Formats: sequence, structure tokens, C-alpha cells
Amino acid sequence: MTKKLINDAGTVIDEMLAGIVAAHPRHVRLLDHSPRSLIAAGAPRPGKVGIVVGGGSGHEPGFLGYVGRGMADGAAVGNPFASPGPDPIVAATKAVHGGAGVLYVIGNYSGDVMNFEMAAELAELESIMTRTVVVTDDVASAPISDAARRRGVAGAVFVFKAAGAAADMGRDLSGVAQAAELANASVRTMGVALEPCSLPATLKHNFTLSAGELELGIGIHGEPGVERGPMRPADAVADAILDRVLAELDPAAGSDVAVLVNGMGGTPLMELYIIARHVLDRLSRRNLSIHRCLVGNFLTALEMAGCSISVIKLNDELKVLLDYPAEPVLFRNF
Amino acid sequence: MDGIDEITPADFVALLRLVSQRIAAEQEWLSELDRAIGDGDHGSSMARGWQAALDAIDALPEPLSFSAVCGAAARGFVNSAGGATGPLYATILMRGGAAVKDREVLDLGALVSFFEAAGRGIRERGKGEAGDKTMLDAWLPAVETLNAARTDRKKLADALGEAAEAAEKGAEATRHMAARLGRASRLGARSQGHIDPGAASAALLFRAFSQGVSEV
Repeated sequence: MTKKLINDAGTVIDEMLAGIVAAHPRHVRLLDHSPRSLIAAGAPRPGKVGIVVGGGSGHEPGFLGYVGRGMADGAAVGNPFASPGPDPIVAATKAVHGGAGVLYVIGNYSGDVMNFEMAAELAELESIMTRTVVVTDDVASAPISDAARRRGVAGAVFVFKAAGAAADMGRDLSGVAQAAELANASVRTMGVALEPCSLPATLKHNFTLSAGELELGIGIHGEPGVERGPMRPADAVADAILDRVLAELDPAAGSDVAVLVNGMGGTPLMELYIIARHVLDRLSRRNLSIHRCLVGNFLTALEMAGCSISVIKLNDELKVLLDYPAEPVLFRNF
Repeated sequence: MDGIDEITPADFVALLRLVSQRIAAEQEWLSELDRAIGDGDHGSSMARGWQAALDAIDALPEPLSFSAVCGAAARGFVNSAGGATGPLYATILMRGGAAVKDREVLDLGALVSFFEAAGRGIRERGKGEAGDKTMLDAWLPAVETLNAARTDRKKLADALGEAAEAAEKGAEATRHMAARLGRASRLGARSQGHIDPGAASAALLFRAFSQGVSEV
């Protein structure tokens, strides 16, 4: 049995949300009639495309942590590792709709895809136009020929950022969707797990890794990855991931990229920076210009130990979108 | 074992309640199956969904109709179960309910319509097919068997008994399939050797229906 700082497995999400709203009352609120819909202060903004993100909880700061000016206007929050139902998505949609339509940005998981699809159908019945962008950045989960089947993992952060900036800059629904699609097409990610995670309801690890093993190609739900291998030093792990990611992206010498070294939740920042050092070194030796480097927990899997590395190729448009100011609620400490 | 020939809305609610009870009783097993190839919450999601479905039904005013029962159950289920199970079972109840909405009682023919429409809904919503190692691998054989039983003019109880067996066989057959959809598909060949939890729970539904109509 694992140990968690919870009170009761049945109330973890409601208590977490109450904590977030109590800690950041000027930035977010919950809808009275829909307590799993987290909405940015200031939403809806008339004339601006609304952005609703969402998915299961257990990935904090993802997805709800990206609610805030310049990123998402609302988030529908599911139970741990489970998609929310259509109701909180529709409630969030109505709460952020400023008359210019709403973009959904979600990870490519069948639950999320189906529930957001049902929500889009329900929103349409109330004359709210929606579009959906599905994040598919995980190179390990399907070959490039089947890229539409790939999981959405930490690269989603860049997609939220691009969409949020485009909406804030006044683009219409189609233009915001295009910005999100561009980010999704430009980013590739792969992850590794060293230790599994456990759900609050079970307190059991959902897979086992022995002392000498790591798991490459994991996603953000703690489901087993696609390749198990021996433990190895940080630089070798980073190489294994970068080899796959760079082989596909193949960024030209002299071009701009951004990097995200993402902790899965249970890995110390010390280790993420050790990984980052090697990643940045390899990218520099390829003559790539590092426009931005993000290191930390951005899209986690509860207490899973491990990390993912995302590289996004940047053109001028993406650089502008990335540089645009944003105030996501869970990145507001100082 | 003769059982009833026609299902009233109240009988239908009793059958759904039996499904909910069976799912609740087996939820640890279902989650265990899901732990092997997914993230281990299929049992608790299903139990939660069915409980919410029954709570929504119990809040309905009399007189009950199939469409009111199915609509309430669908809404209750989808917003409580979450995940992938929510939309799939909501679609089963909505499409099935729509197929029988003008009926006052369900005979075997009507039940076939219900389950067939539900099956079509599962394919459209989940974008799956037979052989993908999903609930369809239990559902489709059950519907086929029910249809054949209707052609052979079998009694309701016998027909549902045969359908339940077909669903159980279908679920067992998923053991050797490699998953092509959903979370398990990420595992590739490592998903083989494990029964699909969605197929297992679908088989429980058909078995509960079979037991329910036989016990009268």
C-alpha cells in the first residue's frame, strides 16, 4: 500500500479544487452549479475565442493549472486519470463563451475524445460553435505513419500556450485552432518511468518496475509503457529519448527550438536539471538555438518517478505565441 | 425455467438494478483485469456509473417509460463514470432507449432492437470493430445470438441465457487478442494474455439480464 496525503479517496478532487480556489481566489473560481468546472477570473471575455482544456486529474499542474489569462479560460476536471463527463465540459463552455466560439484542447485519449465530442454536440444544440484540437506528441505510442493515434503528453503545454496566445491576440476560432494545430505538429515528446504511481482509490502501484528496470515510452496515466529496459545513467536516458525525438523532428542547423524537461511528479528537480543540462548540450552541438527551456513538473502522473523530454521546432509565428504573456493559475507564486 | 415473456418499464428498472448489483459485486475483479492492461479503475468507474444511473432512475416520477428511464440512466452514468466507459454506456442507453421509445412492453423482438441499436452506438462512439479487444467482442456475439433466438422463436429467458453465454465466450476470447483501441492498445503485444475488462463487464450485463428474466 502506498502513502498519500489525502483524507478520503472519494473526496480528493473536490478537496484539491477547494484548495486551489482558496489559495488563488483572484485568479480562478469554480462554477456553483458545476463544481468540476474551473474558470479563469475575467472570463468570459466578449469577442475572444474561449479556450477549454481538460481531462483527468492527477496530472497537476496539468490541465487545470493552465487556466489563466493568455492560456485557458476554463478546465473540466475529471476523477484521477479519468476523463470528465460532458456536463462539466458544457458548463465550462458556456461560462467562457464570449460570442466567438470555444476551442477545446485535449490529449488523445479515448475517454477525453468521446466526452469532449459529446460536449461539443450538446454545445452545438445551444448554438455555441466549438472546434477541438487533439494533442498527439508522444512518439513512442504509434509510428509516424499513424501519428493521429499518438498519445498527448507534455507537449500539450506548448499547444495550450499557442492557443491561448492566439485567442488573446484576437484571432477567430479558425485562427486559434490553426495556431494550436501548428504547435501540435511541431512538437515531439517521449517519456520514461523509473517508479510507478498509484491511484488514491487503490493505493496500489498500477505496474511494477524492479530495481534494475526503467520503462520507456510511458504516458501520463501510469499505464505501462511500450519498452522495458535496464536502468542507466541520466545522460543515457536522455540520449534514448532525444534519439527518437530528434530523428523525427530533424531540426535544421541554425533553427530555433524550445525544450520542455517535464517531471512526472515523483522526480526531484535536481534530476530534471541534470537531464536538462545534457539535452541542452546535445541541442547546442547540433547548432540549434534554444529559444526557451522549461524545466519542472508540467504534466505529471501523480507520484510517478520519471520524466519526459519535449522539443518543439519554432517558426516566427510560434516564437511570438510562445513569448506572449500568460498567467496560468498554478504558476503564480511570486 | 420459464420466466417472463414481456418486460415492463418497472421490470426493466429491476433488470438494470440487477446489473448494477452484479457490477458492484465484481468491481474488484474488473479493476484487477484493468490493472493488467490499463490503469486499474474499470471496476470502480462502472460501479459508480451504474449507481448514479439507478439514482437518476429512482428520482423519476411515475409513470415510468423506457425513454425516461434510459435518458435518466444515460445522463447519470456519463457524468459519474467519466473516462471512456461513461460515453459508451450513455450511448448504449440513449440509442437503445430511442429504439424502443414507443413501446409499452418489450418482447424478445424489442429487446433485440434495443441491443442492436446500442451496439451500433458503441461502434460509432468508440470507433471500434470486432477483434479490437473491446466490449464489442462480447456485445456483438450476444446480439447475434439474441437475433438467432428471436428467429427461432425462443422464449425470452432462454434467448437471454444463450446471449449471456455468447457474451461470456466473447469476453474470454479477448484474452488472446492484442488491443487495438483505448489505453490497452499502447501496450502492443503485451496486452495479450489478459481478458479485456470492458468485454468482461459487458458479459456481466447480459448475464444479469438473463438471471433477471428467469427469476420471476
